[in-house]
Amino acid sequence: MFKHSLRRALVVGMATTLLSAPVLAQELTGTLKKIKDTGAISLGHRESSIPFSYYDDKQQVIGYSHELMLKVVDAIKAELKLGKLDIRLLPVTSANRITLVQNGSVDLECGSTTNNTERQKQVSFSNTIFVIGTRLMTKTNSGINDFPDLAGKNVVTTAGTTSERLLRRMNEEKQMKMNIISAKDHGEAFLTLETGRAVAFMMDDALLFGEMAKAKRASDWVVVGTPQSYEAYGCMLRKDDPAFKKVVDNALAKVMTSGEAEKIYAKWFLQPIPPKGLNLNFPLSTSVQNIYKSPNDKAFD
Amino acid sequence: MAYNWNWGVFLQPTATGDDSTYLDWMFHGLQMTIGLSLSAWLIALLLGAVVGVLRTVPNRWLSGVATAYVEFFRNIPLLVQLFLWYFVMPELLPENLGNAFKQTNPIVQQFLSSMICLALFTSARVAEQVRSGINSLPPGQKNAGLALGFTLSQTYRHVMLPMAVRLIVPPLTSEFLNIFKNSAVCSTIGLLELAAQGRQLVDYTAQPYESFIAVTVAYLLLNVVVMSGMRWVEAHVRVPGYIGGK
Repeated sequence: MFKHSLRRALVVGMATTLLSAPVLAQELTGTLKKIKDTGAISLGHRESSIPFSYYDDKQQVIGYSHELMLKVVDAIKAELKLGKLDIRLLPVTSANRITLVQNGSVDLECGSTTNNTERQKQVSFSNTIFVIGTRLMTKTNSGINDFPDLAGKNVVTTAGTTSERLLRRMNEEKQMKMNIISAKDHGEAFLTLETGRAVAFMMDDALLFGEMAKAKRASDWVVVGTPQSYEAYGCMLRKDDPAFKKVVDNALAKVMTSGEAEKIYAKWFLQPIPPKGLNLNFPLSTSVQNIYKSPNDKAFD
Repeated sequence: MAYNWNWGVFLQPTATGDDSTYLDWMFHGLQMTIGLSLSAWLIALLLGAVVGVLRTVPNRWLSGVATAYVEFFRNIPLLVQLFLWYFVMPELLPENLGNAFKQTNPIVQQFLSSMICLALFTSARVAEQVRSGINSLPPGQKNAGLALGFTLSQTYRHVMLPMAVRLIVPPLTSEFLNIFKNSAVCSTIGLLELAAQGRQLVDYTAQPYESFIAVTVAYLLLNVVVMSGMRWVEAHVRVPGYIGGK
């Protein structure tokens, strides 16, 4: 903040001494200024968050969140009246995404990032783009139907996720004696499940369906259990940058209220998707319908 | 950069409700790193000494096997070796045995895989140090031993190894330091050592800088302790008349 005011003071100082251009009606600050000055925006994406943000078989980034992010980029381009806007794509992980947004490497990250109050201390979140429940994936014949069945068993989850927290807390509070494995990413967590190291994989339900789409035989797996929490996914941007947040929020709100978002939803959740052409068949939930109807950036916890 | 510093985060109770603080997590991680590195180092020293000696014996078969061992473990990246031990090994075992291993406590699985991986990787490097130590001795020493009527193994035990081992203390120190740093790789299979606890702290508190700084300081302190320990050893086993010896 000190830096900002210093920079502004310098800009103002230079403008007055040079007595050149008239004062701009709306002076750009923060991320918008950076984008305008460099003619480029750097976007954070995930590598294996199917169907939100992931690589297809040609190593192109695709997905529901990614498509929404590109809509936002179009809006930014229009807002800044730029003829050309270079897009730099940077893969991020659960563990480094917050740091990369903070240190300026990434201007906007739309993937599968939960908006919660803890994270709001470090970064800012756009309007919610998706709502998930945390559930379990297990083998069709494992005999696991809900969370109490996990007592005394090995359970895998992805490190750095809300599921990991919930699982550890449940283990502590209910004395379930589960052995919890925290895998590096969703792909590795599924590998742990697939090789029989764990009987179940706890994660956001949409991502579980996504992992199923990658499995050798999708019919071997089911998603079961009462959701342990509901979470709002949002796009991440730097804190204290209201001008940029407003552009992002407005762009998302427009996509959602215009019915365009529902089409994008259908494309990724109700139709066959790369890499294996599997259909997730994940019906539009009422919570997602609600955010489409009245876009907001509220966290659920 | 807009960042909220909060060093008090280490004293906060963790979000998992197990009445420990984040500082306790860091300590558990430190313990794991030390336990893993020391046990792997012991195995690496023993194996490395054997393989290093074998590389110098006048028997083409034995030295060939030892060379193959060293090249194998030295030329495959540590991360790949770790994945081989953790993910591939249990699938190659007979199915019953593999499944039994996979059903044991994950911490035991992760620790054993990491320990074996680090130990074998480092043993190849130790073996190279031992070999170079032995080869650096003037050939007269071996010949003198043999001429005195020692057998080959007696010559190794009483003449060459006592000299060679003392000469290679400095390079062994850096291998010893390396094993602590390399142990951070084991966080990739889910072992909660120091680096993994640091990463976990970031996930739970969204305070990356405090946590990475704490991890850095912990590794530094650890290595300073190891280094001064090895300096002490070095000073006490120095060969009189050689570099640095009196």
